[in-house]
Amino acid sequence: MSEAVRLQSPLVGFQLDARADAGVILRERAFCSHLNLRGEQSDPAFAAAIKQVLGLEVPFTPNTTTSAGDQTLYWLGPDEWLLVAAPEQAATLEAALRKALAGQFASVVDISGGQTVVELRGGNARDVLAKGCPLDLHPRAFGVGQCAQSHLAKCPLLLRPLADGFEVVVRRSFSDYFFSWIEDAAQEYGFSVVS
Amino acid sequence: MSAQAKRLDRGGRIDRATPVNFTFNGKTYQGCAGDTVASALLANGVHLLARSWKYHRPRGVIAAGAEEPNALLQLETGAYAVPNARATQIELYEDLKASSVNAWPSVEFDAMAINGWFARMIPAGFYYKTFMWPKSFWTKHYEHYIRKAAGFGVAPVDHDPNRYEKTNAHCDVLVVGAGPAGLAAALAAGRSGARVILADEQAEMGGSLLASTQTIDGQPAAEWVSAALAELATLPEVRVLPRATVYGYLDHNFLTIAERLNDHLPLRARSANRERLWRVRAKRVVLATGAHERPLVFGNNDLPGVMLAGAVSTYTNRYAVRLGDKAVVFTNNDSAYQSALDLHAAGVNVVAVVDPRSNPQGELPLAARAAGIRIIDASVVTEARGGKRISGVQVMGLTANGEVGGSAQALDCDLLAISGGWSPVIHLSSQSCAKAIWSDEKACFLPGKPVQAEVSVGACAGEFTLNAALAGGLAAGAQAAQLADFETGVPATPEVRDPLEQPMLALWRVPSPAKPGRGSKAFIDFQNDVGVSDIRLAAREGYQSIEHTKRYTALGFGTDQGKLGNINGMAVLAEALAQTLPETGTTTFRPNYTPVTFGTIAGRDLGELFDPIRKTALHGWHVEHGAKFEDVGQWKRPWYYPRPGEDMHAAVNRECLAARNGVALMDASTLGKVDIQGEDAAEFLNLIYTNAWKKLGIGMARYGLMLKEDGMIFDDGVTVRLAENHFVMTTTTGGAARVMTWLERWLQTEWPHMKVRLTSVTDHWATIAVVGPKSREVVSRVCPDIDFSKEAFPFMALREGTAAGVAARVVRISFSGELSYEINVNANAARQVWDAVMAAGAEFDITPYGTETMHVLRAEKGFIIVGQDTDGSVTPQDCGMGWAIKKTGDFIGRRSFSRPDTARSDRKQLVGLLTSDPNVVLPEGAQLVKNPNAPIPNPMEGHVSSSYWSANCGRSIAMALVKDGFKRMGETLHAPLGDGRVVSATICKPVFIDPEGAHQNV
Repeated sequence: MSEAVRLQSPLVGFQLDARADAGVILRERAFCSHLNLRGEQSDPAFAAAIKQVLGLEVPFTPNTTTSAGDQTLYWLGPDEWLLVAAPEQAATLEAALRKALAGQFASVVDISGGQTVVELRGGNARDVLAKGCPLDLHPRAFGVGQCAQSHLAKCPLLLRPLADGFEVVVRRSFSDYFFSWIEDAAQEYGFSVVS
Repeated sequence: MSAQAKRLDRGGRIDRATPVNFTFNGKTYQGCAGDTVASALLANGVHLLARSWKYHRPRGVIAAGAEEPNALLQLETGAYAVPNARATQIELYEDLKASSVNAWPSVEFDAMAINGWFARMIPAGFYYKTFMWPKSFWTKHYEHYIRKAAGFGVAPVDHDPNRYEKTNAHCDVLVVGAGPAGLAAALAAGRSGARVILADEQAEMGGSLLASTQTIDGQPAAEWVSAALAELATLPEVRVLPRATVYGYLDHNFLTIAERLNDHLPLRARSANRERLWRVRAKRVVLATGAHERPLVFGNNDLPGVMLAGAVSTYTNRYAVRLGDKAVVFTNNDSAYQSALDLHAAGVNVVAVVDPRSNPQGELPLAARAAGIRIIDASVVTEARGGKRISGVQVMGLTANGEVGGSAQALDCDLLAISGGWSPVIHLSSQSCAKAIWSDEKACFLPGKPVQAEVSVGACAGEFTLNAALAGGLAAGAQAAQLADFETGVPATPEVRDPLEQPMLALWRVPSPAKPGRGSKAFIDFQNDVGVSDIRLAAREGYQSIEHTKRYTALGFGTDQGKLGNINGMAVLAEALAQTLPETGTTTFRPNYTPVTFGTIAGRDLGELFDPIRKTALHGWHVEHGAKFEDVGQWKRPWYYPRPGEDMHAAVNRECLAARNGVALMDASTLGKVDIQGEDAAEFLNLIYTNAWKKLGIGMARYGLMLKEDGMIFDDGVTVRLAENHFVMTTTTGGAARVMTWLERWLQTEWPHMKVRLTSVTDHWATIAVVGPKSREVVSRVCPDIDFSKEAFPFMALREGTAAGVAARVVRISFSGELSYEINVNANAARQVWDAVMAAGAEFDITPYGTETMHVLRAEKGFIIVGQDTDGSVTPQDCGMGWAIKKTGDFIGRRSFSRPDTARSDRKQLVGLLTSDPNVVLPEGAQLVKNPNAPIPNPMEGHVSSSYWSANCGRSIAMALVKDGFKRMGETLHAPLGDGRVVSATICKPVFIDPEGAHQNV
């Protein structure tokens, strides 16, 4: 997209509020490139094509990720992955992946406008997620390198532990509800939104 | 009486330096920090706290914990009111206000106590027998009277100002109860590094140790508790939850805990969360829930001043209350002798211990005798006497064959401590589906063989000594950690010495010297006023199952759930039926262990957070421009955009006229969108939709109808072909998720051979519909790189280009019958494109419109809305959409067309309706009849499915499903309405504008 385009993230309208003492600190990584990948794990050409374009191994172990630089591949299912990359790369990556996967039973779909990446940090990041998410988020059970699709209250989401918090991929239409829910649940810890 | 006249000068765990003022039944009292309302009232000499449920007999505190059946109070008023709070569990706070429930006009003088005089006339089942006839009297008279007479507390009617939360938690070991066994288990498990949650319902952890006079490792028990808690606090993976009741043990080691966060604070000091519901998944569970003491059953055993012996020790030792001046202890076991000793040590005159056993020689009886306490052995208390407080007891000898005999002796007393043995608190074990096992030796039900990953330890497992509780707790905690894959050993058991005890003598009901049916009432279930005579009556009347007896007599009902009375009740039933206790069995223990507030269960699932409100990328624009919103599924969609001074009718008329005469635009982003790729994509659509897809040209779009297997319409929408093996399907807004699931289900379970990939792109694409004769001029300006000429961009075609500089897919389709384009762009750029369309359309007065106008426009053309004009019982043929069904080839639903009921030609069919009076708009849902004056039941011919005022037609229009409707064109039907009006309307074809389709053919 051209420079002139004004973009609005799903969390447009929420005010930044940096507070030093907040137990929950939210940061949106807006406008990332999100590509949904479907392919055959049993076909070695699939992983090879992905590696050729991204330089990333496809995570075949359920609920794991592989990362390099600003690109992360998330395992979503036995034949489904999500690629999150830096902004403004979706069209290029989509074309390159399509080309590399040509002839395979595979698909590449740009869904960059449909979801956004949110990071939750702070001393109570895990506590606030636990209020709505039934997964065991303890680092012993859910550590760096893993990911899981779950929900926060009634909002579907994709979770990934970070070294100092959690990354959440949330659908655009649910992001308003997600934000309101986190803001409410974080009341007792103090809540801050940073850029 | 002076403040806290019955407070002991020393001892106890209350803080005498912090007095707390409170009000009970309008009178002000003072207690101490650390008191419960029960202990504070007892410290003020108040024993009469309640009136019983049915007979309105005076009742006092009998227990010291969750098992209290009598002392139910109405706590606070207005929005903070809590009905039926147990005085034994309410922590005292400044300015607390409580009152008795179930007493009118007052607990001291209760007019309903007259019921007690008629007790013999209102036995168990009285209501069922007496209030049966006449039927109409039930709701009007009987129920009203019974409710007023029998109610407990009053639920608050005001909005609850408290905040409640829920949270999920996972642990390796959940320990329930922080008495000696639970603390030991938590220590042993916690030291391994396992994630441990220790929950206890009390404010202070320690359970029975807080009132104990025993030593552990040579130190007072309470000091061992402090040390244990201090160590637990150093273990980072151990979470200690006081004031937290584990109230439910569900499947897969899922347990629920209600944690009370601020009920112990003065009202004005309460903030944040009142309660938190913990939803816990535990790898292992250690139940250390203790035991409840059983009452003994004899005449007038419910008088205030009759208390469980263990509770007597608790009030004496832990709360420093002098419960009476002259006490009698009546027990069938050794443990209550400790209460006699505790009373004696506190300076209370212990008149006697009455024991049905002959010459008890256990260590505690010997110690009591050594302290100079008189023991009346081989005897029982046959009756208590007194009014609002016990004043004495009648004691008789017990013969070898279990009868009472000899001369009665009367003892004066103002306190009677009773103990009938102990019942392990097996509620959670039982909830986990372990079947309780009766132990003759211990005369109680013990937890059954675990069904889930749990173990019971300490008193709840029938191990009543301190040594067994500590040793069992340590072993169970260590083993639970090991089973959760932590390496650890069993710590050494601290040194304790338990007194040597002699066996108890099971005594389910004290034999009565009175003739059957005479004598004073002996209560089994205090809360529900169930006596021995009621259970015997139930047995005589044929109630043999304990479950039936429970429901007939109300035994074990209410907030009490049989904690005190059930075992005695079962034993009395067993005796009446001449069978054993295990043959009689227990009733089922169900969650909740104690009552849980609705607020806790609701948590934050309230208001805006109750259900997701899904918003489109353009939501902010709609808000800024005054849109009224409509809920469509979870989405908020603009309904209409009123200008200043406009009502909905005026706004919708304006929007409708703009769309047909100028240009209008709508946010259609909520439509479900599914990206479909793969070499079998076209064949897949062939099977999913009723029409043919293989020959659809690339860059072209087609409308599709989706059916369920039963041949009924399920969803519809337009699908475009982007490439040979690449399609994008649109679905209805509300149907998006279920259509996606439906497609995946067929692919994964029925057609796994098909090479098709599906991806939801609903949220990625923002869709802007530009509608009306001027729409071509507007979109041409917004998308300069697309040729919108009639020839280059025909109806049902797709073109890719840019819109306001943003990559766009533009489809020429129409849900209004007008020339119309839908611009699809990445939702992040939706606002920019929408603004550009608005700007390009300004000179044509481009008009945003909402769902109401969309509905009117499509109804003017007779286009269906799935879910409005269909209801799961409508076929394509019923809608006159046979044209959408291919002649050959299979698809989901086709086979059902040959069902006789689906194939018949006189089904309800979709037709148009024009009211005789063009100004009358039929209500949707109105039923249609041939003759409005026919007698009821008047045969119904069909119903109105869609109905609007059409500004474009200058009259009302409607669509209806009418039996055999296609053949009834021109017939007039009638809609009798709820307000008495009858609206006449004539059946017509459901196309009211441009039947030849000229508008979009431009």
